[in-house]
Amino acid sequence: MKSFRYTITDEIGIHARPAGLLVKEAGKYESSIRIKSGEKSVEATGLMAVMSLGVRGGQTIEIVVEGSDEEKAAAGMKQFLEQNL
Amino acid sequence: MQYFKGKSVYKGVTMGPVLVYKKHGEQVKRKSVEDPEAEIVRLRKALDTSKLQLQALYEKAVTEVGEASAAIFDVHKMMLEDEDYLEAAINMIRTESVNAEYAVTMTGNNFSQMFSAMADDYMKARAADVLDVSLRLARNLCGDKEQGMQIQQPSVIVADDLSPSETVQMDKEKILAFVTVHGSTNSHTAILARMMNIPALVGTDLDISALSDGMIAVVDGFEGAMILEPDDATCENVRRRIREEEEKVALLQELKGKDTVTADGRKINVYANIGNVGDIGYVLENDAEGIGLFRSEFLYLGREDAPSEEEQFEAYKQAARMMAGKKVIIRTLDIGADKQVDYLGLSQEENPALGFRAIRICLKQPDIFKTQLRALLRAAFYGNISIMYPMVISTGEVQRIRAVVEDVVQELEEQGIQYRVPEQGIMIETPAAALISDRLAPMVDFFSIGTNDLTQYTLAIDRQNAKLDDFYNPHHEAIMRMIQMVVENGHKHGKWVGICGELGADTELTQQFVRMGVDELSVAPSMVLKIRKIIREM
Repeated sequence: MKSFRYTITDEIGIHARPAGLLVKEAGKYESSIRIKSGEKSVEATGLMAVMSLGVRGGQTIEIVVEGSDEEKAAAGMKQFLEQNL
Repeated sequence: MQYFKGKSVYKGVTMGPVLVYKKHGEQVKRKSVEDPEAEIVRLRKALDTSKLQLQALYEKAVTEVGEASAAIFDVHKMMLEDEDYLEAAINMIRTESVNAEYAVTMTGNNFSQMFSAMADDYMKARAADVLDVSLRLARNLCGDKEQGMQIQQPSVIVADDLSPSETVQMDKEKILAFVTVHGSTNSHTAILARMMNIPALVGTDLDISALSDGMIAVVDGFEGAMILEPDDATCENVRRRIREEEEKVALLQELKGKDTVTADGRKINVYANIGNVGDIGYVLENDAEGIGLFRSEFLYLGREDAPSEEEQFEAYKQAARMMAGKKVIIRTLDIGADKQVDYLGLSQEENPALGFRAIRICLKQPDIFKTQLRALLRAAFYGNISIMYPMVISTGEVQRIRAVVEDVVQELEEQGIQYRVPEQGIMIETPAAALISDRLAPMVDFFSIGTNDLTQYTLAIDRQNAKLDDFYNPHHEAIMRMIQMVVENGHKHGKWVGICGELGADTELTQQFVRMGVDELSVAPSMVLKIRKIIREM
C-alpha cells in the first residue's frame, strides 16, 4: 500500500471538470485508489463520489493506493494532482 | 408595473417581450415490470444514446460559446459513466422490479439531493446537473424527442431554472436576457450570460405562472431588477439607458488606434497583461500599446522537464514578432511551492507566499535562470523585448542578477550567437523593495509595481480568505503612499514606473495614478480601452 497527502491549490477545489479528469486518471490503473478527506473516504473512480467529498481549495486530501501497479498509480495520481488541482 | 428583485450576474440593461420557458418534462410514472433484465438492456441503450447526444451538444457549444462553457456537457457525459449512479439505478430495477424511467428519475433525485445538502455553493449548483442528465436519460427511455425552444423574436427568457442542455439549443441571436427563479451566480446560465455580455438575473423572486409570453419586461443588471409592464416614463428612461450603453461600447471601439494622452498632453502607456502567446490576439484586438507583463510560467507548468533554450527562444521571438515592434515585457520565472513543478525539486512549504520562489529560485538554480536569460537575450535581437525580474528585495539581488546576465552575455559572445541586452527592470512587489526604491532605481531601467503581492505583504491579508473581506481595503493609504514613493524615487533617477497588478485596472484609481506620475498601466486586455478613455478625459 502506498499513500500520500496533497493540499489542493485550486481555489474552488475539486469541482466538476477536474473531478471528471481525476476519475479518468484513476481508471487507468489496476490498483484500487481511494481518496480520504476528513472523515470521508471514497473510491477515486466514481465521479459523483469524488464530487460528494466537496473538497475545497486549501484542504488536504490523502490518496491511498493498493494493488499490483501501486508504485506507478501513486506517481501518476500525484502528478495529476500537481498539474490540475 | 411590477418590480422583482434578483441577483444580477452581468451589468447591462435591456427591454423586450417575455418568453416563458416551460419544461416539457411530464411526470414519470412508476410501473412494475415482469422482466427487470430487459429494462436494464433498455437503460443501457438509452445511456448510449444520451452520451452521443451530449457529445453532439458539446461540439455545438464549443463553436458557439467556447470550450470553457461547453465543458459542462463533458461533465454530464462523465456523470452518465459514473458506476455508482448506474449501479444504483440497476439495483432499483432488479430489487423493486420497476421500469427504467422511474429508476433513473429516482436515482437522479437522490444524487441531486446529496449535492443540494452540501455546504459549498458551487457543489449545490451541481444538483441541477444531475437532474438534467437524469431527465435526458428518462426522455430517451420514453423515446421523447428533445425539442429546442423556438424563439421567434428577440426575447427576455424567463424560466424556473435553465439547464445547459436547454440553453445551448436556443438561438443566441434572439436572447436579450435571462431571468430565472432558481439558479446561482455559479450556474451555467450565469456563465453563459457573462460570455454573451447580456444582462441576467438568477434567484429572482417571481411567480412564473403569473407571467405570459409577450408581456414587456425590463431587465436591469445594474440594479438587479426586472420590471414587468413598465409605464411610459420607465420605458423612456430605459430606452435612453440602452442607447447610452450602446454608445459607450461604440465609443470605446472608436478609441482604437488613438493615443492615450491626457488633455494637457501627457502620454501614458496602457499595456496588457498576458499568460501565454495565445493571448496576444486579445492584446491586438483591444489595441494595447504593448505587453506590460508577459508571465513566462506557461512555458514551465504542466511538464516533466524544464523548457529548452530553443523552445523558449521561439516563444519569445514569436511574441515579439506578433507585437510588431511594440514593447513586450517578459517577466522571468515566477513560481513557488504553491505550484509544484517536479523538475525544480521544490519541497512543500508552510507558507509558499513567503517562501522559496521567483527570483530566489533563479538565483539558487542558475542553470534554469541562465537558460531563460539566454533565450530572452537572443529573442531580444529580433524584437522589442524587455526583461522584468520578480520578487526582488535587495540591491544585492540586483547585483547577482546582473552578474548572471554578464555571464550569459560572455557565453553568447564567445559562441558568436546573435543577441541584444534589452531594457531590464524589476517588479516592486515587496514593502522592502518599495522602501529602498531610491537605492534600486540607479541599478535598473524601470520599475513595475506588482500591487497584488505588494498589498498582500503590506496589509498581511490573504486575498483568498473570504473571512478577511471586512478588513481588506485595496485602496489602503499605506499602498498609495508606497506607490507614490516608488514613482518619485524612479523619476529622480530618470526611470519610468508602471503598475501591473490588479490595482492598475481599478478605474476608480486611474486618474489618481496618472496624477501621481505613473508612466504605464498594464491591465487585462479587456480593460485597455476603458482605461484609455478615462485618461483621455483627464
